[in-house]
Amino acid sequence: MRHALAQIYGVLRRMFESKLAGSINILVIGIALSLPAGMYVLLQNAQGLVAQISGTPQISLFLEMDAKTDDADNLGKQLALHPAIASVEFVARAQALEQLKQSTGLADVIGGLSRNPLPDAYIVHPRPGSAQLLDALRAELAKLPKIEHAQLDSAWAYKLETLLRFGHMLVLILAGLLSLALVAVTFNTIRLQILTQREEIEVAKLIGATNGFIRRPFLYFGALQGLLGGIAAWLIISLSLLLLNWQLDALSQLYGSQFTLHPLSPGDSLTLLLFSMYLGWLGAWLSVARHLSQIEPR
Amino acid sequence: MIKFNQVHKRYPGGYQALKDVSFNIAEGEMVFLTGHSGAGKSTLLKLIAAIERPNLGSVLVNNQNVGVLKERALPYLRRNLGIIFQDHKLLFDRSVFDNVMLPLQICGFDYRESHKRVRAALDKVGLLKREKSSPIALSGGEQQRLCIARAIVNRPAILLADEPTGNLDAEYAHEIMAIFKSFHQVGVTLLISTHDESVLQDTGVRVLNLRQGELQAASTGSGQA
Repeated sequence: MRHALAQIYGVLRRMFESKLAGSINILVIGIALSLPAGMYVLLQNAQGLVAQISGTPQISLFLEMDAKTDDADNLGKQLALHPAIASVEFVARAQALEQLKQSTGLADVIGGLSRNPLPDAYIVHPRPGSAQLLDALRAELAKLPKIEHAQLDSAWAYKLETLLRFGHMLVLILAGLLSLALVAVTFNTIRLQILTQREEIEVAKLIGATNGFIRRPFLYFGALQGLLGGIAAWLIISLSLLLLNWQLDALSQLYGSQFTLHPLSPGDSLTLLLFSMYLGWLGAWLSVARHLSQIEPR
Repeated sequence: MIKFNQVHKRYPGGYQALKDVSFNIAEGEMVFLTGHSGAGKSTLLKLIAAIERPNLGSVLVNNQNVGVLKERALPYLRRNLGIIFQDHKLLFDRSVFDNVMLPLQICGFDYRESHKRVRAALDKVGLLKREKSSPIALSGGEQQRLCIARAIVNRPAILLADEPTGNLDAEYAHEIMAIFKSFHQVGVTLLISTHDESVLQDTGVRVLNLRQGELQAASTGSGQA
């Protein structure tokens, strides 16, 4: 155990000996990781926002102007029985006009109208389903008799969600590529280390070191470098969010709303650090597996 | 303890280093291996540590055929051998102490106990006062003794030394031979290669003489051991 500590100490010493090269490596890893992780944070924020705004989607059904009260009642019963509909709400034309007067401050203009231009309407709350299902439902309802127009509200939210999924895919691809870059950086660092420590490796093999013993410090180094890179990425993201929030503050004051970007959650932060550590370890492992067997004492 | 049975070793490229070499070294024996440079002394020692493998014949160490040992088993063979290299193979990036510590570290030896062992080994070769120095600051003779300390620190049953007195003046060479003799007295099996026959004069031990890869009729410094 103490020997393992001594090995770790040796790794640390080696790392601090090469201050410049080491910090450049860590910075490269940090930047590479901060791109997908930062995009992920922005997406998470956007997703939270969408969920907050859209709520549950609803379909507004506007009846034809000449529809009688009987027609409306019939339609109401029909809608209530529909399996894809959770609840229905009737908004009479007079009621709609009243709401319009109150909410928009257009009372004067509306008061000047000779007749009520608004139709009767139903607000349909569908059962939760995919965007396609809702769209099909809207089309189906539009074909019902006495319906002038059926409109799916918050369809835009669904579109945005699809866009977010697209963004998530982009993050995944980016994360995959940059993870490869991280593995490659570690692979190369360890390769150089193995070359410079060739003598030590040879001697260790000659006096009975197992491959595991020789491999270990390199794996520690890779994992440590990955971890430090992960910490660098975390700092880059946190600092960027701090700056963005500073600007966002001014913006949201103009719009009279409260909106701030949330930082990486503790869970996500931990995932980031563990993942970068693992990638560093993996790069080191691949490098060691590739290069160590080439060193045989003679 | 060490048994060669009709061993042939030919290097890639066709150079025949050893031809039909057979001998047996008993436990606790001290044997010298002589011959000119290029006679195959180093090759013979490398075969024992499985650094090289024979093309024909068998090399037995402790009744184990090391010529066919799997890669994974090699470390455990080498831990039972103390090897003193011709070119020392010291690590100049660490202190004298840490150089001797390395074999114990490799075996995962108890940490506190290993400190005692390292000091004992350094004391044995007279380098205890230099434990914090860098090997680069040591003289040739001291480096050689450091190499011996590293070879004996995990108390191997067999000690192999390749030209341990190679570049040393007579006084140093004498010192080192005295150290080897003290190991012999406590029952360690020793095989020491040298091209310098003068160190054999006052010894009464067995000599294996190699000439162009072939073992000559056994002789001794002054009588069969």
